[in-house]
Parts: sequence; structure tokens; C-alpha cells
Amino acid sequence: MKETADIVIVGGGCQGVSLAYHLTKKKAGKIILLEKSYLGSGATGACAAGIRAQWGLPINCKLAIKSLEKFEQMDEELDFPGGIDLKQGGYLVLAYQEEEIVQLKKNVVLQNSLGIKSKIISPGEVRSMVPYLNTENLIEATYHQRDGYADPHKVVFAYGEASVRLGVEIRKFTPVKRIIVDEVRVMGVETDKGTIYAPIVAVTAGIYSTGLLSNIGINIPLYGERHEALVTEPLEPMVKPMIISFSLNLYCQQTPHGSFIMGCGDPHKPVGEDISSTPQFLFTMTKKITRLLPFMKKVRVVRQWGGSYDMTPDATPIIGSVSEIKGLYLSTGFSGHGFMLSPMSGELLSQLIIGETPSVDISGLNLERFQIGELIREPSVVG
Amino acid sequence: MSDDDVIICRCEDLTLKELRELLKRGYTSFDEIKRLSRAGMGPCQGKTCKQLILNEIKNYTHLEIDKIPIRPTVVRPPARPIIFKEILESENERNR
Ligand SMILES: Cc1cc2nc3c(=O)[nH]c(=O)nc-3n(C[C@H](O)[C@H](O)[C@H](O)COP(=O)(O)OP(=O)(O)OC[C@H]3O[C@@H](n4cnc5c(N)ncnc54)[C@H](O)[C@@H]3O)c2cc1C
Repeated sequence: MKETADIVIVGGGCQGVSLAYHLTKKKAGKIILLEKSYLGSGATGACAAGIRAQWGLPINCKLAIKSLEKFEQMDEELDFPGGIDLKQGGYLVLAYQEEEIVQLKKNVVLQNSLGIKSKIISPGEVRSMVPYLNTENLIEATYHQRDGYADPHKVVFAYGEASVRLGVEIRKFTPVKRIIVDEVRVMGVETDKGTIYAPIVAVTAGIYSTGLLSNIGINIPLYGERHEALVTEPLEPMVKPMIISFSLNLYCQQTPHGSFIMGCGDPHKPVGEDISSTPQFLFTMTKKITRLLPFMKKVRVVRQWGGSYDMTPDATPIIGSVSEIKGLYLSTGFSGHGFMLSPMSGELLSQLIIGETPSVDISGLNLERFQIGELIREPSVVG
Repeated sequence: MSDDDVIICRCEDLTLKELRELLKRGYTSFDEIKRLSRAGMGPCQGKTCKQLILNEIKNYTHLEIDKIPIRPTVVRPPARPIIFKEILESENERNR
């Protein structure tokens, strides 16, 4: 028997499930989502759970603030048992260098113009917000109260369950072997359990999108880059905001469960699918965090892990259609911040797929920008 | 003893009843259960609960344990919880 669908989604990370949910909410027809393992098993499950609207590019600010709104409404909208563990303690962005301050001030002006109520605060205000923080050499900081934390596993399962209730078929442990195309249009996908024919295929396979597309002659400049993180034992609530610094190259946030999740940049991070944990990361992180939050010295590290950042050359996602092949869509390459943007990216791509004009202009995020050299680099990331 | 009283994960307080509810909702792999219930994420890192959970999955799905999907083991150090100060000191020691 020939199996057909209206839309096939390849990959069940935060991007795939958000897309599935927004499509089925718009009654886009018969939707099948294929995931090679379980939902959230890729980068989403390795994510540090941070969500922020303090960005340096207009498009990221717009996607992020609208996504924050959606996170705020998610418990009501998706009705997931136990909720998504949203915590809005804000993001505190610490600045130690003059040029960093210049960039952050520019960011705040931009953010305020887009309705994001971020502000610049003094080291004194920082100390009263986080009394445990060592503010030595700190010049200034920026703060936005609605930033914070949401549990990526729960968000993915919440979108997954809501999608299924609205009619989406989710097939776990079903890898897509290849996308089938008829020169200029997409025909469907081949899995190890058979072929599914569909006029629309959306690829949300994270770093594996590159291989799926190169098989059909489409090159996307998306690659994996290992980033590591660790988590401590749970403590009483002590630190409200996510603490992040681009010059110190680190982030650290206390989760609603009480543990602290943290990560830092690595100048020698390998490219590819390597997600192993290293002692170097543990040592570097230890040095940085015990200096910044001295009470940490007595806190236990419980677990270390690694994951892949989904990098593009300008650290900005690819969302849209693929012009060479009709019916083929992409939402990937989120470069280490795809979780926090996923509620909105899913909605926007669903609008594009069903022929509506996306409510935020995402034409600048298309794949062609890499061919014509119109990169849109995001300045404010932890690397 | 009722299912309510049977603790499957001692670190994170998962009861047998809660585990069975997750199975019923379709979460039938160890990794999904871990990510939803935190079982296996506490101080013992799954050393006590993992087999118990796999057994329950087996009873529920009637799959043999080696057929239950499980992510290939990734090493997630440290082997047991360790305080940052000890890590700092061991690093200073190494550099001496
Ligand atoms: C250590 C770390 C910390 C991070 N911290 C943050 C943070 O604080 N905030 C934030 O917003 N982002 C963060 N990120 C980035 C974020 O995790 C990613 O940008 C985001 O999860 C990407 O989602 P995705 O759905 O595109 O990809 P993925 O989550 O990787 O999903 C892709 C899915 O496709 C599946 N798949 C692949 N190939 C196939 C196939 N052939 N057939 C079927 N299925 C397939 C995979 O199994 C996977 O489940 C972090 C990432 C890492 C590694």
C-alpha cells in the first residue's frame, strides 16, 4: 500500500515539534513527524534551558520576545501535566570591557525599540540582585526580567502531546534514510519501515539536516560544534537571574529544581558529531565559576555532558523554503539558541508552509543568503 | 504495599505509580522517563533505578530488555558527585 501525507516533518527536536503543533493548529492536513530516536534526543535534550530576549540582531530580538510570550502562555495553551517549569528570574549580562559595554548599550537601545524592557544596571544594583556574586572588575550589566528558564524536555513533550491530540502522527525510533525528489519538487521520504509520499517535507533534523540535504544536492553550511555543560546538586533558591558574560565566556543559572546549570566557551571545540565530556571543561568551568560565585567551592558537581551547537557561518538560523526544490522547507541552524526561539520559529514556518504571510518578516533567514553573501551576524553569543 | 509507596528512584522520589502513569502516556524508553521524571539524574546517576525502570518497561511493553530502545551509554562524569574545591585543588596539584 502506498502511504501518503500532506506534510512530513523530519526530526523531533524543539523545532520539529513546534512546527508540527503550529501546523496542526492551523488544520494543515495529515501531518507525520518522523524522529530517529525519541523526541528531544538531539541538541534539544543537551540544551542549557536558557531563554532570553536580549539579542543584538533585530530578527533575533523579534523571534525571542514573541517566543517569550509563548513560553509564558504555554502551560495554559498546551496543558502539559506538571507544566514546563518556566522561571523568569531574568538574564543578567555582565560586562568587563569597554567595547563590550558599547555593544551592550547598542543592544539595549535596539531591544527597547522592539518592546523588550531591558536596562543597564550598575555593579551596586547587581550586588543587591545577587549578593553572592563577586563583582570585582565589573563595569556594568544589562538585565531583562522576563528572560529565564524553561525545561526543554518538558517543552518538547508538551508540544508533542498537544500535536498528537490535534491529529499529528508522531513516529519515534523511525529514521529517515533519504528525502525523495523528482528533480525540482519533493516527493516524500524513505524510512527503514517504508516510503511516505508527501508534497511537503520540512527538515528539522538539527546538525543531521546537512547530510539529508547534501544527498539531494543541496548544500547547507550547517555543522556541529561541541559545547559542554554541567549541573550541580540542588540547593535552596539563592540566585534568581541567569548570569551570563560574553567576555568571561560563560553562563550559569539556578534551575527551579535548585541545581545550577553552567557552561563556558572552549577555544578548541571540535567540529562534527562529537558530544563527549572532557576534564578540560570541568577544570576551566571550575576556575571560572568559583571566582565568580565563591560559594560554589563547596557545591557538588553531579553530572557533565556535551552536545552539538547547530552552527551556521553567521550564527543565525535558516528558516524558509529551499528555492531549488518545491515543497522542501527548513528550520535549522540555530547556532546554540534554537530552544528559546522554537515557539516562534515553528509558528512562522507553519504560516509560510500554508501560504500565509509570516507575521514576522523572515525572508532574511533564507538559505540563499549564504550564496549571495548577505550574512547577518549575531554579535552577542557565548562561544 | 500500594504502588504509591514503592519508590523506584530514591534520589528523585519517583514512585511506581508515577512510573506506570508515564508508561501509559507513551513514554516507554528509559531516556524519555529519565528526562520527564528526573529518575537517574540524581546523586546516584541511575545506578539503582535504571534496572528497576527497564524491568517495568519490559512488563508494560512485553519487549525483551535488550529490545527496549536505550541510548548508547555516553560517559557523563564525574563518577560520583565531587565538590568544585576538590577539582580546583587537584588542578593546582597537577600544575605544580
Ligand atoms: C550544551 C548546549 C547548551 C545549549 N543551551 C541553549 C540555551 O540555553 N538556550 C537555547 O535556546 N538553546 C541552547 N542550545 C541550543 C539548542 O539546544 C539548539 O539550538 C536546539 O535544540 C536545536 O533544535 P533542533 O530541533 O533544530 O535540533 P535537535 O534538537 O538536534 O533535533 C533534531 C532531531 O532530528 C532527529 N533526526 C536527525 N536525523 C534524523 C533522521 N534522518 N530521521 C529522523 N530524525 C532525525 C534527531 O534525532 C533530533 O531529535 C544549547 C545547545 C547545547 C549543545
